Amino acid sequence: MSKINLPVKEDGTPIGKKRRRFTWDDLELTLLSLPTITWLIAFCYVPMFGIIFAFKNYKYKPGKGFLYSLFVSSKWVGFKNFEFLFRSPDIANIFRNTICYNVVFLLIGVTLPVALAIMITMLHSRKVAKVCQTAVFLPHFLSWVVISYFVYAFLSTDKGLVNAIITSMGGEAILWYQEPKYWPYLLTFINTWKTFGYSMVVYMATITGIDQSLYESAVIDGASKWQQTWGITIPLLRPVISIMFIMNVGSIFSTDFGLFFQVTRDSNSLINVTQTLDVYVHKALIQSNNYNYSSAVALLQSILGCILLVFSNIVVKKIDPESGLF
Amino acid sequence: MAKKAKQVYQDGFSRFNCIKPTTNAVFTLIFILLAVITFLPVVFVFIISISSEASIAQHGYSFFPAELSMESYKYLWQSKDYIGRAFVNSVGITLAGTMLGLVLTSTLGYVLSRPNYYMKGIYTWLLIIPMLFSGGLVARYMVNTQIYHLKNTYWAMILPGACSTFYVVVMRTFFQTTVPDSIIESGKIDGASQLRIFTQLVLPISLPVIATIGLFLTFNYWNAWYGAMLYIDSNHRELYPLQYVLISIEKNISFMARNEDFFHEESMRNLPSETMRMAIVMVVVIPIACSYPFFQRYFVGGLTIGAVKG
Repeated sequence: MSKINLPVKEDGTPIGKKRRRFTWDDLELTLLSLPTITWLIAFCYVPMFGIIFAFKNYKYKPGKGFLYSLFVSSKWVGFKNFEFLFRSPDIANIFRNTICYNVVFLLIGVTLPVALAIMITMLHSRKVAKVCQTAVFLPHFLSWVVISYFVYAFLSTDKGLVNAIITSMGGEAILWYQEPKYWPYLLTFINTWKTFGYSMVVYMATITGIDQSLYESAVIDGASKWQQTWGITIPLLRPVISIMFIMNVGSIFSTDFGLFFQVTRDSNSLINVTQTLDVYVHKALIQSNNYNYSSAVALLQSILGCILLVFSNIVVKKIDPESGLF
Repeated sequence: MAKKAKQVYQDGFSRFNCIKPTTNAVFTLIFILLAVITFLPVVFVFIISISSEASIAQHGYSFFPAELSMESYKYLWQSKDYIGRAFVNSVGITLAGTMLGLVLTSTLGYVLSRPNYYMKGIYTWLLIIPMLFSGGLVARYMVNTQIYHLKNTYWAMILPGACSTFYVVVMRTFFQTTVPDSIIESGKIDGASQLRIFTQLVLPISLPVIATIGLFLTFNYWNAWYGAMLYIDSNHRELYPLQYVLISIEKNISFMARNEDFFHEESMRNLPSETMRMAIVMVVVIPIACSYPFFQRYFVGGLTIGAVKG
C-alpha cells in the first residue's frame, strides 16, 4: 500500500525502481487469467508452428501419428511449394480477384455509409430515422448461409423472381449461377447490402456526438446546410473515416469466405470471378487435400496482411497519434 | 445518445437549422426505400415458406402465391428428430459458447485493466500478436483435428471462436474507464481475493459491457457455420447446427430423399422440399429479427467503446 504514493509511470511501474516484485496480488491475477492465456496459447500460438507445412511435403505416415509425420518423416522442400504456386496459372487471377473486390468494397464501404449517415441525421422525423436505422442494421446479424438462400430465391433459374420478371416481359431467362459476367456486380451489391447499415450506425454515433454549438455559430455566419456538412461534419468525421479506411487496407488480402463460396453456391462456372485467396485455401485443404499449397497461400496471406497492418498502423499514427492500434 | 439527439431536435435552433421540406421528403423516401430493400428478401423468403408446393411448381417463387399453406412448418415439426435436434444443437452451442467466451474475455480484460499487474506488458503482446499473424487455416485445421481431436465433437464448434482480441480490448477499456479504482481498493482493504473482487464487486457494475460482448458472442455463435463445415463429417448428422443443416441441404437438394430413416414413410411422399428449406431459413432468421431491435443499442455502445481504442 505504501507504493501508492510513489510517482508512477504510465504503465504502472514506479519511477526510480527498476523491477517490482511479484506480489500475492499478481499471483491471484495470473491465476484469474490462466484460462484465457491457455486458450490463446492452444488456439493461436500452437497453430503458428503449422507454418512449416508450407516448407514441407507433408505425407501422413500411418501408425506414426501426426506430429511424427509432420516433423520427422515429411521432407523439407524449401520454397518449392511457393515456386509451384506462382507457376500455376490461377494465382494471378486469385490475387486480382482478392485485391479488386476489396478495393471496390472499400471505396463503397467508406463513401456510401458516410453519405447516408449524414443524411439520416438530417431527417426531420426522429421516428423515421430510428425505424430506418434499425431496418438497415438487420443484414449485419444474418449469416452468409441465410443470405445465400435469399439470393437464391431471387436468382434461381427456373423459380427465381428475377427470371420470372424477365420472362414475363418477353426476355430470355438467365442462368445466373452459370454466367460469370454478372457476378462482380452481384457480389458488390450483396456485400454492400449486408454491410452498409452497420458502418452507417458507426458514423452516426460520431455525428450525433458532434458539439452542436459549432453548427450554431456556422448558422450565425450564414452557412447553408450544405456548407455545414462540408465545413463541419465531414472534417470532424475524417479521423474516424481514415481509421476505418486504413484498418480495411490492412485486411486487403483477406476476403469474406462466406460471400465468395456460399452465396455463389460454389459454382464451378463462376470460378474465374469468385475465387479469392480464402476460397483457394479452403478448397485446396478440404476438396483436394493439398496441405502444402494451401498452407503456402495462407502463409503468404498472413505475412502480407501483417505487413500491411503494421504499415497502416504507422499511417494511422501519422494522421492521429492518439488512435494507433498498438 | 438517443436522449441527447431528441433534446437537440426539439429545441428552437434545430427547428430553424434544418433541411428544406422537399429535401427532407427526398431523403425520407431514400431511407424508406433502403429499409424496404433490406427487409424485402426476408419477407420474400417468409412468403415462399408459407406458399403451397403446387403453386411454387406452377409459378415459381412469388410475392403473391396462388395458394398459401402451412405444410412446410408441419413437415418441419414432423421431422423434429433431425431439424429439432439441429435447433437444440444451435441453441446449446450458442449458450455454451457465449458463457465460455464471457468467462475468457472478462477475466483477461479485468487482469489487463489492473494498472499495476506484473505481467501486463507481456500479456498485451500475447494478445496483439495473434491479430497480426496466424498459422493459417491448414495449421489450425490440423492442430484442432490431430492434436486436440476436436473432429466430430461439439467442442470443435465452441472452442475456436470463444475469445478474440477485440472483445478483450473492449472489456479492458470498459473496466479501465468505468470501474472506479476505489471500489477495487476497498475490496483489497477488506481482504478480498482478486477473484472475489472480480466476481462480487466488478462484474455486478459491469453489466453493460457483459451484455454487449455477450450479444456479440450470441449472434456469432448462432450464425456460425464454418466450424461445422470444417470439423463435422456427414456421418455425424446429429451434431449439425441449423446453419449447417442449410448448407448440407444446399449441397444436395435431394437431401431429404437420402435421409429416409429420419422420416416417416408417409411423409416421404410429396415432401415440400422447396418451401421446407425456406421454412428452415425462417427458423434461423426469426429469433434474430425479433430480438435485434431491442439489443442494437448495446451493439452501438460496444462499437464505440471498441473504436475509442480499437
